[in-house]
Amino acid sequence: MKYMLIMRTTAEALEASKDLDFEKIINDMGAYNESMITAGVLIGGDGLADAAEGFVVDFSAEAPVVTDGPYGEVHELFNGFWIVQVSSAEEALEWAKRAPLGAGTKLEVRRITDESDFEDFADNEYLQKEKEWRAEEHARAAGE
Amino acid sequence: MSEAGGGAVADPGGGSGEPGGGPGPGAEPEAVRRALDAVWRIESVRIVATLAKVTGELPLAEDLAQEAVAEALDRWPASGVPANPGAWLTAVAKRRAIDHWRRRERLDDRHRMLAHELEESAEPEWVPIPDDVLRLVFTACHPVLAREAQVALTLRVVAGLSSEEIARLFLVPVATVQQRIVRAKKTLGAAKVPFESPDPAEWPMRLSAVLGVVYLVFTEGYSATSGERWMRPELADEALRLGRTLAALLPREPEVHGLVALMELQASRFAARTARDGSPVTLDDQDRRLWDRAQIERGRVALARCDALGRGRAAYALQAAIAECHAIAPSVQQTDWERIVVLYEALGRLAPNPVVELNRAVAVSMAVGPASALRIVDRLADEGSLRGSALLPSVRGELLSRLGRDEEARAEFATAEGLTGNEVQRRALRAKRERLG
Repeated sequence: MKYMLIMRTTAEALEASKDLDFEKIINDMGAYNESMITAGVLIGGDGLADAAEGFVVDFSAEAPVVTDGPYGEVHELFNGFWIVQVSSAEEALEWAKRAPLGAGTKLEVRRITDESDFEDFADNEYLQKEKEWRAEEHARAAGE
Repeated sequence: MSEAGGGAVADPGGGSGEPGGGPGPGAEPEAVRRALDAVWRIESVRIVATLAKVTGELPLAEDLAQEAVAEALDRWPASGVPANPGAWLTAVAKRRAIDHWRRRERLDDRHRMLAHELEESAEPEWVPIPDDVLRLVFTACHPVLAREAQVALTLRVVAGLSSEEIARLFLVPVATVQQRIVRAKKTLGAAKVPFESPDPAEWPMRLSAVLGVVYLVFTEGYSATSGERWMRPELADEALRLGRTLAALLPREPEVHGLVALMELQASRFAARTARDGSPVTLDDQDRRLWDRAQIERGRVALARCDALGRGRAAYALQAAIAECHAIAPSVQQTDWERIVVLYEALGRLAPNPVVELNRAVAVSMAVGPASALRIVDRLADEGSLRGSALLPSVRGELLSRLGRDEEARAEFATAEGLTGNEVQRRALRAKRERLG
């Protein structure tokens, strides 16, 4: 089973982290990633660029409202994620606990859905289409 | 933990918000055991490899490590899972090791020295270098051990699985697994197998044994020889994990990447290989939309890593390349069968094998036509290869039917029906025969 470890950091913690030794952060993170690679559990992951570069599409109003950067009542920013393939929820938790993160940062651990989560809707037209999209996307990528 | 204790899978931390995040004091033993299993999966390699390096004996190291696990099982239900369970286990294992040598201290100086050294060493130093983990892998797959002993010991000490978990994966009694591990340890002891990586002269043979163990675990998951389900993906996942570990430890060995590529590419088809009623679906009939695209990508990356080393493709990488041809093809018809033929030719020369030759014939039938393929199959039949197997007559029947030689085809399908031990396959063959009238 696959889990996503989602990093959430407060804006204050993020600001404070700018005073930290960036090379040390890179090294700690590198060692953590390496331990998961060597254990054969890490299958994906990425960091996210500064939230100020992004924008938010809000669906509260009838027409979606687009705002630059994080906005509104944002207490935590998503900063990055890991995808791990492990044998239990407990193991996902154990890996999450080992992340070299500090105060103000949280890791949310979520199981990634698979086919079995949608068994009851296997014949749904859009789920069928989604499979097509994924397959076409892949065929395109493979053909490049 | 509350009455919701049975829901610990959905709530592995116990939802308690306690430091350490594990089940707290008084937690259900079952929740503690699951937490311990998870910790052990991550910590065992480090602890066992370090103990084995210090003692030079894998069997003793494994015994000491198991004592630490037993102590955790005994104490954690009352005390709660410690904030740093890995350090806790390491400290206990170390204490057990020191006790062990203290008991032997009067016997000789070496033991006194070991105990002293261990007392002086700080636990954070217990980070094995990759070489120690490799020694662990090579010792667990040592040629003095029978294949099933190698498998059990590798899953235990390298993958960090408990006997219960291994038993569940292989559908054998727990006692059987325990017995295999006990015997494996005795054999290693009797043969005085050192805790070492092999010499350069032995390296290729020993590496091939390690890869063989991993692939055996994978194939048992990919096409189960026992149990009610014909696939056990969780077993294949364990093999993949071991393969990825090996690739991290031996990044300069092309065949390690080839094996990982092969396993990723084959596993990418899992969701499509079983129909809703549980019966197998052959490659031709698979809904390719169900293939795991991310996994295919990982397989292709692994194959590219193998190729980037510039030392060519051996047997696993060639099979991976064949799997890749299927993985990137939109349909059976749009598959690059010419390329598959060439890959099978290369594979057949590296490791001549009638099954490979038969697969080449199937590829030839798609690339060139059934008549050319039939010549290959007939030669195999003349040689008496694959006698007693349903494979040859079922392929031959298929080719004959495509050539319009229905009567001969029916006879071949009937022969194959009589030879296969698999009920699902027998039904499929019968259906083919009956379709021919």
